[in-house]
Amino acid sequence: MNVLALKFPEISELLVWKDLFPGFNKIAIISLLAMIIPIVVFMIAASKPAQGAPKGVRNFAESVVEFIQNGVVMQTMGRDGMGWTPFLLSLFCFIYLLNVPGIIPLFQMPATARMAAPMVLALLIWVVFNAVGFKHQGIGYLKSVLFPPGVPKALYILVTPIELISTFLVRPFSLAVRLFANMMAGHILLVTFAVLTDALIGGQLVWQKPIALLPLVMLIFLTGFEVLVAFLQAYIFTILAAVYIGGAAHPEH
Amino acid sequence: MEAISILAQAAAGDEKNVAAATSAGYAYGLAAIGPGIGIGYLVGKSVEAMARQPEAAGMVRTTMFLGIAFTEALALIGFVVFILLKFA
Repeated sequence: MNVLALKFPEISELLVWKDLFPGFNKIAIISLLAMIIPIVVFMIAASKPAQGAPKGVRNFAESVVEFIQNGVVMQTMGRDGMGWTPFLLSLFCFIYLLNVPGIIPLFQMPATARMAAPMVLALLIWVVFNAVGFKHQGIGYLKSVLFPPGVPKALYILVTPIELISTFLVRPFSLAVRLFANMMAGHILLVTFAVLTDALIGGQLVWQKPIALLPLVMLIFLTGFEVLVAFLQAYIFTILAAVYIGGAAHPEH
Repeated sequence: MEAISILAQAAAGDEKNVAAATSAGYAYGLAAIGPGIGIGYLVGKSVEAMARQPEAAGMVRTTMFLGIAFTEALALIGFVVFILLKFA
């Protein structure tokens, strides 16, 4: 596409990366780092003494754990959901570290802007919350999902298909698409303003050069905004996972 | 209209691409209306609730993010349709 001599890169140029060696590209590096960094940080934190006031790495790790406990688990599942903290903590750290390379120089690509990672994570959540439902309620789980209590009998004709679709199909789909589309939209937005700035500065016409300041300011502002989005999407994914798991463990009450 | 004619020139001879490129813009624009109103209403009401009862702010904020996530999904599906129409 070529509008007003401004060339916007093809979508595949923005999202598809060359293999460094077969089957291993930038996305794989980011995913690997997102896996290794939390393991190392929390292992170091765990090796520090537990007595006295925590400091350094342990202080940081404890504040992250407390954030998950108070901000996610207590808000959605209550005290008896505390056993889910390790799962939700690793989910949050992994997704956050996949998101945040979108604004780190040299990486400049959120790994969640490719469908693979969000889809696998959403399917994982789908399997987990259904398994929890069957474990806690047995076959009654299907009954409590498809025939929610307190609804007039005649309305089940309408309610049951809606619940079937919304619980088993729309939940994993919207979970994956929400994360993926947010990160890809942010990535494309950053690319758009970066390309615009570059085209205006590098253009032939001198009077265009000062105008480049406008997209540049916008680019800086959006980079700051992406810091927030990377955190918020990881938080929302985690909290929705907690809501689904909590809902499956304890039916409407 | 000028933008559409530029797009038309850009993909001259390929009517399907032109139709996709123009309708993709409309698809996203239309998909953004409802969620825009919805999120504005939702956050406004949440701020009202937090101002009335600051001690419930934490709970309201969590619920607000949940609501935003559900409402925003519609706009994002519109965005994905936009990408699919435009590039697929």
